[in-house]
Amino acid sequence: MSTTKTATRPNHTATRNACKLCAPLGASLVFKGIQGAMVLLHGSQGCSTYIRRYVIGHFREPIDIASSSFSEETTIFGGGDNLRLAIGNMVQQYHPSLIGIATTCLAETIGEDIAMHLRGLDPATELPPIVHVSTPSYHGTHIDGFHRTVYGLIDRFAQYAPPRQSVALFPGMLSPADFRHLRSVVESFGLECIMTPDYSLTLDGGSWEDYQSIPQGGTTIEELTATGGCTAAIEFRSVVKPELSASALLNQRCHMSSYTLPLPLGIEACDRFFSTLSRIAGTPVPQQHTLTRARLVDSYVDGHKFVAGKRVAVYGDEDLAPALALFAAEIGCRVTVIVSGASEKQLRGTCASLPNLSETMVLPDADFEDLSAAAALTDTELLIGSSKGYHLARKLGIPLVRAGFPVHDRLGGQRLLHTGYEGTLQLFDRIVNTIIDHKQAASDVGYMTW
Amino acid sequence: MNGTPFTTPLPLLEARRPQISRAGSGDGAALSCEKKSLAGAVSQRACVFCGSRVVLYPVADALHLIHGPIGCAAYTWDIRGALSSGPELHRMSFCTDLQEIDIISGGERKLYRSLLELIDKYRPKAAFVYSTCVVGVIGDDVGAVCTMVSREKKIPVIAVHSEGFKGTKKDGYAAACDALAALMGKVATDDIPKQSINILGDFNIAGETWIIKEYYRQMGVEVVATMTGDGRIDDIRRAHGASLNVVQCSGSMTRLAQYMEEHYGIPYIRVSYFGVEDTAKALYDVASFFDDRAMLARTRELVREKIAAIMPVIETCKRDLAGKKAAVYVGGAFKAFSLIKSLRMLGMETAVVGSQTGNKQDYEVLQQLCTPGTIIVDDASTLELARFVLEKDVDLFIGGVKERPIAYKLGIGFCDHNHERKTALAGFEGMANFAHEVHATVTSPIWRFVPRRSGRSESL
Repeated sequence: MSTTKTATRPNHTATRNACKLCAPLGASLVFKGIQGAMVLLHGSQGCSTYIRRYVIGHFREPIDIASSSFSEETTIFGGGDNLRLAIGNMVQQYHPSLIGIATTCLAETIGEDIAMHLRGLDPATELPPIVHVSTPSYHGTHIDGFHRTVYGLIDRFAQYAPPRQSVALFPGMLSPADFRHLRSVVESFGLECIMTPDYSLTLDGGSWEDYQSIPQGGTTIEELTATGGCTAAIEFRSVVKPELSASALLNQRCHMSSYTLPLPLGIEACDRFFSTLSRIAGTPVPQQHTLTRARLVDSYVDGHKFVAGKRVAVYGDEDLAPALALFAAEIGCRVTVIVSGASEKQLRGTCASLPNLSETMVLPDADFEDLSAAAALTDTELLIGSSKGYHLARKLGIPLVRAGFPVHDRLGGQRLLHTGYEGTLQLFDRIVNTIIDHKQAASDVGYMTW
Repeated sequence: MNGTPFTTPLPLLEARRPQISRAGSGDGAALSCEKKSLAGAVSQRACVFCGSRVVLYPVADALHLIHGPIGCAAYTWDIRGALSSGPELHRMSFCTDLQEIDIISGGERKLYRSLLELIDKYRPKAAFVYSTCVVGVIGDDVGAVCTMVSREKKIPVIAVHSEGFKGTKKDGYAAACDALAALMGKVATDDIPKQSINILGDFNIAGETWIIKEYYRQMGVEVVATMTGDGRIDDIRRAHGASLNVVQCSGSMTRLAQYMEEHYGIPYIRVSYFGVEDTAKALYDVASFFDDRAMLARTRELVREKIAAIMPVIETCKRDLAGKKAAVYVGGAFKAFSLIKSLRMLGMETAVVGSQTGNKQDYEVLQQLCTPGTIIVDDASTLELARFVLEKDVDLFIGGVKERPIAYKLGIGFCDHNHERKTALAGFEGMANFAHEVHATVTSPIWRFVPRRSGRSESL
């Protein structure tokens, strides 16, 4: 905390244009990254439909999320019958290899006992494994829901086995492009990679010949079980709540080395990731990566004057926003504001460890109106975050570089790469080009070279 | 036991069969509808809250405060393409963002403080407070808080009872209608001319209300209030002074029209502004209501001019579209009627049609309107829609954002006819836009690369 301005909760009661989403969304995304899994939100019909709509807007893929469709009677007498009916219908229609249940705020408030309801299932029905996570939207953010679900899956399936050359990777809520890239990076060290979740194919697949009730791809249950036999576990988290850390759980249960690393975005953060892999594999960093790193440094040099001293505000979830801030500082930007809807405890924990951010306003529990005020106050020149910042960018007449989730106003949000030397290179180019584009638009001359 | 590609037909749940029929099979009148969605079936419907939120959303100078945890507010922030010619407060997402402690000790204080702060800061003409699921079970007296704030701040503060579990989306429409009704009947309306109407059930998506309003202006009809497209609180408060309610989207707004008929003696007619035929009929129906020769003549002139202007576009598009097949899945069945007619005008046949909220009469009309064999479905699931569009091998799917990936994944053209569209599809100009959009998607050369359709000779 010594180097950052004191984080203060903004002084207002209502949330205006939230900079967070609810926990069941995070849970749904994780289950979408498990092979053959189907998700059920235990609550009203709207929760699943709203989340589907929101997620489809980003990934542009079918997102089937079932609901136990609470009625007034369900709310009064309990949701057992609806839950069992829903499970039966899901099995009949989707033949899932896993059913993930996330409880909404309604179910949590009326005290639904899912384990008890499940005991009432007809023993004659052939059922896949069922995993329940508690995700009331009045507690934490979508990122909490995400990590809680990853933890729940590992807790349920991971079993100790003699270690083999492999890494259990918990990347967090990144894009399908990130997932593909991270897997290839781990594998390039000669390590097997078990990534949880992995929606790189399920939420970013090809065109179909026939309808797939559950899209192909995802971490298999066998892989979830096999995480217990990995050499090491790596988790990208800016914030660690040990009770929800899958890597800490593996460390405890299966005695493997676990590494909690910052999101590999920016050279310094990437160096930590690559050197960790090198240590785990016992091999030097493969040449392909040192070459990409060299190109990245070269790009930093080519572009550094465009970003030098730029007053940048970053916003988004508690995992991505601090990583973006660190990266922006690394390339010579001046980070004016970090905004997140996450709680003070979570965001402060992260930002305290960030160097080079002495002038930065860190705003936890904040919304887009807070960002608006802070960005105006600090003469911010560039925004980095989801498409939800577009309104503000437009209002302030400053450019926006889209990153993270959601990207609802551009094609290919699911293919944005943020991580590794390669992802950093792409993000850096995007930032520089956005700044040049802004200069071009504002210029009377219309230079063709910059 | 996993999600590998399966061979069609996709499985159909027994409990869903009564809500599916085929035109001409004689069972249409018995189509089951207006039911709660089946648990686990993956309905395309949302909830009570959604119904209220979509109807009231376009009221641009009101504060829309969602009382509950953050999800319901986050997912409905600026999602509708409902435009305003002035204030844009409706595009903000306000929420009490209830936390665990509020669930335990009650959310009334937080609601009260939120309302005071937001009203002071944003100076709305009125406030709508939407109750979400949790609020319905922790027992907050939302009505009492609203009354208290209304008295303090001297603006209408209206509780919208939209707890998600208390029925279907239709019950949410009803709650929204009640909220609008609560605004009316309190101000003088002597200055409103006799030849005046309210537009109900148009939401100014992509400026559609403006198109319709301009027709009425040219006809010499004054529009008192638009509910709720480009809506204003002061206009809605005067709505009881109009002579006629013209109701589109009857599923959502008929209740309000009935209420106004009962309380203020205002008759209503049901119309649709989608398609040439229905738009013309709407305008003629209004003109004949006022029984004014000059107005009728002006209307005829308007309709003639508008149709003449768009017919070349329709004819051009029709040349490529004739014989193509479409699937239509929309919220209200009334829109489906218009779409079937519009598609016919483009030479296209509707092979699958369904709605989220249609009633018995609606489905009977669909039976009459559709050619034999057309699949008619109420409250369809994703898998059902996929199954039907594959079976009928359609070239076009008309629906909303949730239906789009079903179409695209299977290499089917798509037209967004839901709240989020950015292209005006109402009125005569809207029909031209519709023809363009359908033509652009159906005749795109990209389909030949799509695996399901590659190798077909008819692919363009």
